[in-house]
Amino acid sequence: MGKKNRIEVSDSANVSVVRFRDQKIIDPESIQELGQELFDLIEQDERSKILLNFCNVEFLSSAALGKLITFEKKVKKNGADLILTNIAPQIFQVFAITNLDKLFQIKDTEADALAVL
Amino acid sequence: MSSNGVQILERHLPSSLDSYHAYIEEVLQRLRDLGWKKKDLVGVEIALEESISNAIRHGNNEDGSKQVHVECRLGPQRFWAKVCDEGTGYEPDSVPDCRSSENLKRPGGRGLTLIRGFMNVVEHSQRGCCITMEKVIGAPDPEEE
Repeated sequence: MGKKNRIEVSDSANVSVVRFRDQKIIDPESIQELGQELFDLIEQDERSKILLNFCNVEFLSSAALGKLITFEKKVKKNGADLILTNIAPQIFQVFAITNLDKLFQIKDTEADALAVL
Repeated sequence: MSSNGVQILERHLPSSLDSYHAYIEEVLQRLRDLGWKKKDLVGVEIALEESISNAIRHGNNEDGSKQVHVECRLGPQRFWAKVCDEGTGYEPDSVPDCRSSENLKRPGGRGLTLIRGFMNVVEHSQRGCCITMEKVIGAPDPEEE
């Protein structure tokens, strides 16, 4: 597992807890790199339970949402589980406006997510 | 520049996806100076990010010979912006609804929905080459109307 520039990954029991390094996920190159690092969790590392913690994230563009949707598809295809947590209210609006709060399983905290993963 | 207490910030931006973030940051800083709170600034940032990146990618096709024209008018409670590209235009109503169940897993097509969700008024003109957006602090949330 190589060094990751856009995310930090730690393990809690059998769950991979992912935090984003960037406060703002905007520019195309960073989004591309972020996508690849997330995809590697599934396709290379074969992790089966993934928690994405958004506590550092202050801004999310539609291009970043697109990457998360592609990641969700890969997670499902590989039979893995994915939960999103710690989404600030203004960022949650981004999910709610686009109905993506219905696509993703979202919990308030890491503890809430770890209890069901 | 200022007119009747409203600050006007205008730019002609090149059609490059790394060309406009300093401009958006300048708009956000001016609004912060006018007393805008973080919760309201997120919508402004998203509306500008999505409209300008749409103009560069879809309007101008990242053609280096074309520009994106942006004008923002900033007040203590009102944000207004007009973003125009030099493309051939499009029909905004033809964009599939990304919120419907059949489109929910499509990776693209959410920019316009986000703009409409965060702004109080959104209008298109010039065959879809221009988008005008307005947000007034304290106005009803468009998602709740």
